[in-house]
Amino acid sequence: MSKFTRTALGLAAALAVVAPGALAAKTLVYCSEGSPENFTPAVNTTGTSFDAARPVYDQLVLFERGSSKVIPGLAESWTVSDDSKTITFKLRKGVKFHSGVNNFKPTRDFNADDVIWSFERQWKADHAYAKVSGGKYDYFADMDMDKLLDTITKTDDYTVVMKLKEPAAPMMANLAMDFATIHSKEYADMLDKAGKKEQFDQIPVGTGPFSFVTYQKDAVIRYKKNPAYWGEKALVDDLVYAITSDPTARFSKLKAGECHYAIAPRPADLPEIRKDAKLQVISQSGLNIAYWAFNVQKPPFDKKEVRQALNMAIDKATIIRDVYLGAGQAAKNLIPPTLWSYNDKVKDYPFDQAKAKELLAKAGVKTPMDIDLWYMPVQRPYNPNAKRIAEMMQADLAKVGVNAKLVTFEWGEYRKRAQQGEHQTAQLGWTGDNGDPDNFFFLRGCSGARAGGQNITKWCNKEFDELLVKARSTADVAARTKAYERMQEIQKDEAPDLTIAHSIVNDAAAANLVGYKMAPLGSHHFKGVDLK
Amino acid sequence: MLIHFLKRLALTIPTFFALMFITFIAIRLVPGDPVEVRVGERGISPERLAQFRAELGLDQPVWKQFLDYVWGILHGDFGKSLVTNEKVMTEFFTLFPATIELSFAAMMFATIIGIPAGAIAAVKRGSRFDQTLMGLSVAGFSMPIFWWGLLLIMLVAERLHLTPVSGRIDLIKFYFEPVTGFMLIDALLSDQKGAFKDALHHLILPMIVLGTVPLAVIARMTRSSMLEVLSEDYVRTARAKGLSPARVIGLHALRNALIPVVTVIGLSVGSLMAGAVLTETIFSWPGVGKWLIEAIGRRDYPALQGGVMLISAIVILVNLGVDVLYGVINPRIRHGA
Repeated sequence: MSKFTRTALGLAAALAVVAPGALAAKTLVYCSEGSPENFTPAVNTTGTSFDAARPVYDQLVLFERGSSKVIPGLAESWTVSDDSKTITFKLRKGVKFHSGVNNFKPTRDFNADDVIWSFERQWKADHAYAKVSGGKYDYFADMDMDKLLDTITKTDDYTVVMKLKEPAAPMMANLAMDFATIHSKEYADMLDKAGKKEQFDQIPVGTGPFSFVTYQKDAVIRYKKNPAYWGEKALVDDLVYAITSDPTARFSKLKAGECHYAIAPRPADLPEIRKDAKLQVISQSGLNIAYWAFNVQKPPFDKKEVRQALNMAIDKATIIRDVYLGAGQAAKNLIPPTLWSYNDKVKDYPFDQAKAKELLAKAGVKTPMDIDLWYMPVQRPYNPNAKRIAEMMQADLAKVGVNAKLVTFEWGEYRKRAQQGEHQTAQLGWTGDNGDPDNFFFLRGCSGARAGGQNITKWCNKEFDELLVKARSTADVAARTKAYERMQEIQKDEAPDLTIAHSIVNDAAAANLVGYKMAPLGSHHFKGVDLK
Repeated sequence: MLIHFLKRLALTIPTFFALMFITFIAIRLVPGDPVEVRVGERGISPERLAQFRAELGLDQPVWKQFLDYVWGILHGDFGKSLVTNEKVMTEFFTLFPATIELSFAAMMFATIIGIPAGAIAAVKRGSRFDQTLMGLSVAGFSMPIFWWGLLLIMLVAERLHLTPVSGRIDLIKFYFEPVTGFMLIDALLSDQKGAFKDALHHLILPMIVLGTVPLAVIARMTRSSMLEVLSEDYVRTARAKGLSPARVIGLHALRNALIPVVTVIGLSVGSLMAGAVLTETIFSWPGVGKWLIEAIGRRDYPALQGGVMLISAIVILVNLGVDVLYGVINPRIRHGA
């Protein structure tokens, strides 16, 4: 054999070894919208940060992919005591933390110590990591975890007992949220010993379907498949987040094949994406609501007829068409139709300006009447253009003899003043956190109707509030559903607000991307997703 | 020469302090503070709000906050980002190489094309080339960067597939950790075949977009300055001596005509930074421009202030450098000083 042939054969053999691996490696590129604050959801508040942490982590319970249903996660099962105040979790055995990330080699499987560590960091001020990365645990506080939790203890390595101060039906949904992510105590101890605590939130180690590889701010995050994952495995070998903040650039990258999935295309680009055979639009109605609140403590909005009249005076369909541009659906209830306990029997007020005038006259209102109409100075996920909506409402109101003066403030100031109840009428909205109806209905509860509270209608209805409290304190889903259905009827009749719209969330993907299920909670998941 | 340099250096100090004061006040005049921006529809309890403000030092009187800030800067401490808790200096210098790489490429593009084009236009004054070039330069100068960038992406990257859309390297084909932060250099160091070429490909569109305005300015400036010089007596003398036209134009005319052009290049560093903000956003270029825009949105005071200070310092120093270069090109200035 000549030297040349030997070399050629050697090369061919080498290629044969390398090539199948090289060809088989599947990389999925997600064009995301921004850089994460860091990789620990508990200290963050943005969806961008949660999306970046999600491939790496699990929670005790998870939201089923594509729904807001709570399913077992790192806890295999759980039982709730009769008084609904004690939850006992049986933990999954044999779950491995990622090995090799930041030179961490776990010596044991996931166990109860990790669970307790993860909650106590957010809960106990004397925890070794309490002050790391700013130490602000917004979601833990916002979901009232500090007020609800009494103790979290372990009875053995795979049993955790959570005692609550009061029954809280939404607790399981809370535990599936990103802030309730379970971290490795062993990894935290290793960094603590090395004096590198700040790395804990920068270089994440979890139990999730992908393990972290690298992050370059504003450019890229890389993950690789975790072959030892306990649950539904990743179908691609590498996952890359290409950080692309401009929506037009994301769309262009998708078209050029530089990414396979792009978050939030511009509504104007949707028709073109739908037409393109190489692309697909993935849609889901958003778990949110945009509403126009009437301050019932200020005349004439103390009169039900006035509130009902204004509900009839506004041409909602035109607002949906012209402002939401197809990315929204008219709302008749406070909760979106995808949420359990949605009452489809509720009838919305018809658009009937003659009837509206009649009702106003019946209520003894003298027209022309002057009111204020507040609109947010910012775009929100549930409301693309509050100012435009306010202008359209203003025009509609003029036709029934109501002169609306448009008012706005800087965003922080706006919320503060509206919560104080300084407005007559104001637009606002809500994005659901955890897929539990309570997470929407508390917005109309009596406890939020005090000055500074979140119920900016300042409406406090006894029957509504009793049902709200009752539904919160039982785990019986049928009973809760009944209560919420009745509450939707009360709310529609009393009309403390005009429910405007639920937005429709659109993402775009390459046509060869399969298995993606869009989450109603707005999160992005890439396990179970493949490229054909 | 040294005295000239020291004088100029001394003059930058008050400029720097004035800038620091103005940015500090301006940022605080923008409505909304970092804590409130973080809070969504849920709102925040007054106790928690007060606690966070105190932790960030926002409950102190503004003059005290300013003195603390100046004290920090004098000790080389620009504070920590409120969003990521990273040191502002660390974040800035992680992202800055990308901005330098892009700005440098844009400037090279602008000078390499702009100076010869302007010189030729001057020599062939009134010709079709001259008229076309001047027309184009007005268009280039008044081009909105955002629109120009998107147009090029659609045409060159999407339709003609000549370049990638955005980013700095093909993320599917290449993976290496940054060493210097300059993608071209890192690509060479990575030893991955094709990485350098790919990085260069990614640089083309943003370079053209960011380089367009300076290109127009430089071409126009070179032309008018050249025209002036060409009518000088010494150029006529050089011609009369029988020197070749290339020598007359290249050595005698162009060298003198370049003096105002160099000033313009120095001054464009400032506008280049402003352009980088937009260019980086369109092309997902991970530089300091994009970072600053996000810091404004999140009212990340330390990042915003630190970023503005560091960029201003660099612009000031570059202009100082230009002044020195001036002296090198034009001995009359240093002798006059």
